[in-house]
Amino acid sequence: MAYVIEGSTGAWEVVIGLEVHAQIISASKLFSGAATAFGAEPNTQVSFVDAAFPGMLPVINRVCVAQAVRTGLGLRAHINLVSRFDRKNYFYPDLPPGYQISQFAHPIVGAGVIEIELADGSTRSIGVTRLHMEQDAGKSLHDQHPGKSCIDLNRAGVALMEIVSEPDLRSPEEAGAYVRKLRSILRYLGTCDGNMEEGSLRADVNVSVRKHGEPYRTRCEVKNVNSIRFVMLAVEAEAMRQVAVWEAGGTVQQETRLFDSGRGVTRPMRSKEDAHDYRYFPDPDLFPLVLDEDWVEQLRRALPELPDEKRARFMRDYGLSAYDAGVLVAEQATALYFEAVARGRDAKQAANWVTGDLFATLNRSGRTIEDSPVSAASLGRMLDLVADGTINGRIAKDVFDAMAETGLAPDAIVQQRGLRQVTDTGAIDAAVAAVLAANPDKVAEFRGGKDKLFGFFVGQVMREMRGKGNPGLVNEALKQALT
Amino acid sequence: MSLDPVTVRRIAKLARIRVEDSQVPRLQAELNGILGWIEQLNEVDVDGVEPLTGGAQMALRLREDAVTDGGIPEQVLANAPDRAGDFFAVPKVVE
Repeated sequence: MAYVIEGSTGAWEVVIGLEVHAQIISASKLFSGAATAFGAEPNTQVSFVDAAFPGMLPVINRVCVAQAVRTGLGLRAHINLVSRFDRKNYFYPDLPPGYQISQFAHPIVGAGVIEIELADGSTRSIGVTRLHMEQDAGKSLHDQHPGKSCIDLNRAGVALMEIVSEPDLRSPEEAGAYVRKLRSILRYLGTCDGNMEEGSLRADVNVSVRKHGEPYRTRCEVKNVNSIRFVMLAVEAEAMRQVAVWEAGGTVQQETRLFDSGRGVTRPMRSKEDAHDYRYFPDPDLFPLVLDEDWVEQLRRALPELPDEKRARFMRDYGLSAYDAGVLVAEQATALYFEAVARGRDAKQAANWVTGDLFATLNRSGRTIEDSPVSAASLGRMLDLVADGTINGRIAKDVFDAMAETGLAPDAIVQQRGLRQVTDTGAIDAAVAAVLAANPDKVAEFRGGKDKLFGFFVGQVMREMRGKGNPGLVNEALKQALT
Repeated sequence: MSLDPVTVRRIAKLARIRVEDSQVPRLQAELNGILGWIEQLNEVDVDGVEPLTGGAQMALRLREDAVTDGGIPEQVLANAPDRAGDFFAVPKVVE
């Protein structure tokens, strides 16, 4: 069902477009040889180019260009073999030259598309307008000194990709799904680490509202939103604000705003009053960027399998549901782990273990799948023990927990703790007899027609056998004993 | 095209150049003179001519992705009007 905001004058549709800034993974900066690593001592990763000393000239980094092209290919977008750099002029202390080198009129990547997946299982294609390269700015710190702002230029000049969507998104959920999917694609490609906490991925959210069937109304831009949850909250807060403005008889002014996550509202950003007068012009220091078609083809052929293709393959080859496949491919490491477990085994079962017990264990311990306490090989081996009848499905949970705790192989745990499944019918019959003898009233009820009690008896026998009974044999023995 | 005084003040503000009211008429005349001169370019027929953004029709040279610079905070900060530790210090700008 379509997302709307119910106002006093009826339902309002929300129109959202996103500009995502993604820091490119490279060793050195876009136009200088200074390092890009996060968290270095202030101003130690700054060259004279980054600090805009007079007479310094930019020289572009080949890997940054390749990363932008690969991202464009991953977004199934048009690659412009000729692109150019422009100067975007504005004054801010963390921007030493007084302009940002960006691509305005001729971006390196044109129109593409991102498939987003929604909670109800549906998918939507969201248009990508363009992707261009530009420089990141330095960082201003306001809490280091009582009367001054402190400027660290380590980030100044690091390569960014700005990825601009069409105004195709219609709800906070879709906006969240878009960022999540884009992040997943970038991480698969290895072009951006997607770390929103460290600011390697940031979103500017453009929001407007309208009555159904109307043309677009004025939009506002909420800048620098730094988590997927905040993107969703910012959309909602800004849309509500605009509905209130329109319904009070006012007019929404186009402006740049900030999301205050503490109070859950947006507020105007004073420093950006003149923000839309950037006076772009071609950077005279930089020739056009001309790409070799063969090089682009080489990059295309070397692309990894991306989330959409992997998801389709998981559904086709492993018979997984769209939902399970979507969850498993979101992170490359998860997909890799799953495939190691599923290969040659019951894939549906492998998926259940990975998305169920494994994810729960990782969540609890705050670990990632890369340093999972249970390796894919161990989980696979455990499924083999279930498949060949060494342990039953119920005991498998205990074995899994023990593996998570101790890091031991499943065979060792089964051996040490005596968890082998009991298929000895003598032992099972004895357990059945003991349970029936201890519960004469329930036996009478069952024989009197209360069929539902069968489950109770199964549970009791399993308890008697400390979970190790073969479920099939236990069922059979109970049926016989009770009739 | 001709600039009015309001536009002249706006250009000055965007360039962070202080302009006294008494200077505006002279600046307005000078800027209009420059614009008029540039507008002569509109008379040239450039249909089918690719725009030229540099002095020569060349493409960018790409450098390898290697860390070859940085690690010189003292030199980078040498001309800073004010510093706090290894940061540049500027008047507080809080959003």
